Formats: sequence, structure tokens, C-alpha cells
Amino acid sequence: MTKGRVLLRGVMKSFGAVDVIKGVDLEIAPGELTVFVGPSGCGKSTLLRLVSGLELPTGGSIMIGDRDVTCVHPSERGIAMVFQSYALYPHMSVAENMGFGLKIAGLPKAVIKEKVAKAAEILQLTPLLDRKPRALSGGQRQRVAIGRCIVREPEVFLFDEPLSNLDAALRGQMRVEIARLHAKLGATMIYVTHDQVEAMTLATRIVVLNAGRIEQIGAPIELYRHPANLFVAGFIGSPRMNFMDGIVEAAEADAVHVRLNAATLRLPRHEGDVKPGAKVTVGIRPEHFRVGSAVDAGDDQAVEFDSVIDLVERLGGETLAHLRMPSLSDGVLVVKISGDIPLRIGTGLRVGVRLAQCHLFDADGRAVGASAARVAAVAA
Amino acid sequence: MSLMPTPRRDIAWIGRANALVRYGVLIGVGLIMLYPLFWMVAASFKPNHEIFGSVSLWPRDPTMDGVVKGWRTGTEYSFATYLLNSFAFIIPKVVLTVVSSVLVAYGFARFRMPGKQLWFALMVATILLPKSVLLIPQYLMFREFGWLDTYLPLYIPCAFATDGFFVFMVVQFLRGIPPDMEEAAVIDGCNSLQVLWHVVVPVIMPAIISVALFQFMWSLNDFLYPLIYLSSVGKYPVALALKMAIDVTEATAWNEVLAMSTIALLPSLIVFFLAQKYFVEGITSGSVKG
Repeated sequence: MTKGRVLLRGVMKSFGAVDVIKGVDLEIAPGELTVFVGPSGCGKSTLLRLVSGLELPTGGSIMIGDRDVTCVHPSERGIAMVFQSYALYPHMSVAENMGFGLKIAGLPKAVIKEKVAKAAEILQLTPLLDRKPRALSGGQRQRVAIGRCIVREPEVFLFDEPLSNLDAALRGQMRVEIARLHAKLGATMIYVTHDQVEAMTLATRIVVLNAGRIEQIGAPIELYRHPANLFVAGFIGSPRMNFMDGIVEAAEADAVHVRLNAATLRLPRHEGDVKPGAKVTVGIRPEHFRVGSAVDAGDDQAVEFDSVIDLVERLGGETLAHLRMPSLSDGVLVVKISGDIPLRIGTGLRVGVRLAQCHLFDADGRAVGASAARVAAVAA
Repeated sequence: MSLMPTPRRDIAWIGRANALVRYGVLIGVGLIMLYPLFWMVAASFKPNHEIFGSVSLWPRDPTMDGVVKGWRTGTEYSFATYLLNSFAFIIPKVVLTVVSSVLVAYGFARFRMPGKQLWFALMVATILLPKSVLLIPQYLMFREFGWLDTYLPLYIPCAFATDGFFVFMVVQFLRGIPPDMEEAAVIDGCNSLQVLWHVVVPVIMPAIISVALFQFMWSLNDFLYPLIYLSSVGKYPVALALKMAIDVTEATAWNEVLAMSTIALLPSLIVFFLAQKYFVEGITSGSVKG
């Protein structure tokens, strides 16, 4: 059963002399909700458009289900797409918008009406069927755009930043609706976003793209816990991971001693290979620091350092402290503390680091000990 | 407490005076610009001797003479024939212009083709070309086709999007419209022509109406091309008929000419006001959004 499977092999795309997609291998299993994330211009939207057929690749092949669709017309690929701008037809009513594809396909009116009614019910659009798009709110428009996809009963749903035109409250609501829809329809979905929260909450698997290449593929929590490289480590998680440059002092079987500015950390490790003298980067997520009583003095896996508060951002539920920790780094480190703690700029703060939660990257930016093979495994 | 109302009244007074001056100037200039038009309409209802004998706008002895005699014209045909003649080539001209301009503009705005920039520049260059430069070669060509004294030379060229200005206008309008809708239509299974018909045309309707209106008005007012290609009086359009009325006798019946000019204005005015809403949207939105 390969209905709904998407398989990309060595897909490349250039616009003139600019290589936007530089060879992507990816397999998306049937029923998965795969999220493409990456910074602006990383090629995530282009990759989605290649799957949709709105752009044709300059190299490689694309398969949907059992068919090679590399050069097949978008309407015959078994896909449907939701655009960032909704892309509804302004002169047609909601019902006409949803049924347009079926009308072009030459289906009888009664069948179109029935399918539109069914999709409208799923999306609670039934009372709006006779309205024009301009009489709808942003969220309703987006639901119509999704309805237009459902009516086509595609193998694969494609979402191109579908929520970025909505305000924050509506975005959260629509995110839940999309997750619910995915659970209900069980169809394969590919979702492009630059919003980490959307990626983390919706995805079965996340594909992190950078400069036209896949940096890492994995379940959201896996990317968070085991980023394969500096890019993914910095991209997933908010606020971003703190990075500190260091040099390996000694490598033991079960630990690596890394010399930072004025301190040496003894980081436990499970695998990977680093040599003394090698330049490395230590990464610590802002939420993995411990402040005040939370530091367990007896825990030999935790080390404490003195810091000076540079800036405080109080978000209510949590507090972001920007700290200067000369023993660890010359730069400013961000620490996330849960709760609203009164902190004064310029005062000192004692901060603990749990060594087991530190990430270690080699000079090329690859995670030491992370299975780099995971990235390449898909190609097989 | 007692001080407050004074400045307020001052501000209100200054605002009103300001508006008075502004609207006064606007109305004054507007009247000056429209005076010839009013004079023409008024003169249609004056007897011939009064036209040059009095400066008054209002006719002293109002008469329908000019309208009645003018409608009959000095020829064997009534003015209705000339009006119908005008429509006989203007309607196909407008239809062909709209169809061809939209097709070509859609091509320029949405498709990748080799040398597109060059072709577009060439097309824009034809807008700058003086029409009179082409008169002689075109005349010779249409004579070879045997199209002289027919309406064909007046509208067949429009089938090939020869009015670069209209193509340019629609291209600019299309550039202001995001292509997402068209991509959605492609995914919905449309081919390029279906996208054009089902999605693009309804969306660019204001621009299309502007094109049709401009072409309608300019063609109705066109004097030179009918003069060159038409030789039988029975085929003359309105513009030539008016000129003919001046030529026929030495003592021109100006009230008849002006009455017919007024009638000749009506189709343009009617069409313009019917489509005014779209027309204004068409010329502005193309520039603002683009």
C-alpha cells in the first residue's frame, strides 16, 4: 500500500544560475504530516512547489504513490494545495470555489454539490456556502481553501505557510483544526512553515532545510533533543540555543573535557570521536540552565557559575535573563527561568548547568555523538 | 470657560472659508473647461443667425430646427445611417481589441518565453511610433488585399493586438495581481486558456472594461482612418458625416452641425456613465497596485 507515499530522489531546481534546491532525497510515508521548516530563502516553498508540479525540477525524480509524477500536470498528481494568500477565486461563491476543480473535471452537478456539502460539513462552512470570499474573515477563507482541497480527495495535501496571514489567536485555532483534520482524514500532508511552534506541534516528522539542502529529518522531539548539527540546534527551540566556543582538553571513554573561557566542563558522552586540541562548540538551551534553589548542590552532573544580569525580559509565565558569564563565554547567554522572578539588571546571579543536557559540536558543526547517518538514511 | 468657544468658532470659520475658496476655484476652472461643450449643446437649439450674433448661452428663440434638419443631413442618407455605420466597425473593433489585447497581455505577464524582454520593449516602442508613419505602407497593403472602401482595414488589424497601449495597460494590471489564484486553478485542472477564461478575465474585468471604453470612444472620434479607407458616402461614419455637413454648402448650417455633434457625443457619454465605476477602478488600480 503506497497510496499517499511521496518519494523525492536527487531533486534539484535552479532558476537560471541560482541553485535553489541542491539535491534532496526524501521519503514521506502514507498518512504522515511532514513539515518543511527553514529560514527564508532556504527553498522550502520551492520544494513544495516541485511536489505540486507548479515548478518542474531541473534534476531528479518525484513519485507520488506508485507513479513517477516528475513531469505530470499538477491536476493529475493527486495533490491539492493551500496557499498562503488563500488564492480563492474572488468572483465565485464559497460553493463554486470548492467545486471548481470538479467542474473543470466535468463531473455532474449533483455529484459536485454532494461532495461540496460533505466537505463544508467537515469544516463547518455550510452556512457560508453562498457567500463570496470578500465577505469572509481570514480564518473562514482559509477553511474554504482547505475545503477546496478536501473536495478533490487528493492523495497528498500541500500547505504553503497557510497560517502566516492570520493573527496570533486565529493561528493557534487553525493549527488545532489542521491537526484534527489530519487525524480525521488520515491523508499525507506536507506543510511548509517558518513558525517553529507550528512545526513542533503539527509534525509527525520535521524536515529542516537550509540553503537548498536537508539538514536533518526527524520527529519534533528528536530534533529538539538530538540536533544533528549547529544549524538545526540553533533553528529548533526558542529562544535559540546558546553556543560557546571551546577546545577539547582531554577525551576519556565516557566523557570529554572541554575548556571554555575560564572553566572546563566535563561533558558525558556516549559515542563520537573527538581528539584533544580539537576546536568544538558547546551548546546549552536557555531552558536547561538552573537558577537558585533549583540547582542541586550534590549533583556532580551540575556545575554552577557566577553571572551578571545584562537584560531581563519578563513574559509573565517565564523570564528570559540575558547574562554575562565570563567563565563560559565572551558573549551574552540567554537563560530561561520559569515563573516571574524579580531580577535586577547589573546584579549577580548564580546559574547551574546540567552537563548531561549540553550539546557538543565539532569544528564542522556536526553534533558529536549524534547519528549523522540519520540524515543520509533516507536516500537508501 | 468663556475663552473656549472663541478659538473654536475661529477654526470653524477658517475651515469654511478655506473650503469656499477651494471649491470656488475648482468650480470656476471646471466651468471654463466645460464652457465650449455647454455652448455647443446650447447652440444646437439656436437658429443659425443667432449663433454668431449673440454671446448668450441661453437661446433667445429656442428651435428644434437644427436637430431636425441636421438629422436629415444634406445627403441621401439620414444621420441614423452614419451612426449605424460607425457601430458597424466599432463593435467588431472593440471586441477584437479586447480579445487580442488580453491574450497577448496574459502571455507577456505570465509566461516565460525566449526574448520576452525584447518583445515587450518592441511592443512598447510601437506605442511611441507616430501613426502617420504607417499610413502609406498600410494603405498600399490594404489596397493589395482589395479592402479599400470596406470596414476591414479599420478593425482587422485590431485582431492582432496592434494597439500596444492596451496590451501595456492590461499587462500592468495583471502584474498587480498575485499569480496564486491562477496556480490554484492549474491545480484544479485548468489549462492555460481555462485559467484565463475562468479566473483571469473575471479578475481583470475593470481593465477589460477600460480597454473597451477607450477603444470605443477613440474609434467613434477617429476621423483620419475612415477618411483614408472609405470612399462611398453611404459607408461614412459619424466623424466624416459631420465634416461633410460643413463642406456641402458655402453657407454652413452651423446649428445643424452642432446639433449632430451633440448627438454624436451621446453614445460615448452613455457608455462612459454606464461603465464609470469599473472604468475609474481600471485606470487607477493598474497603477496603484502595480
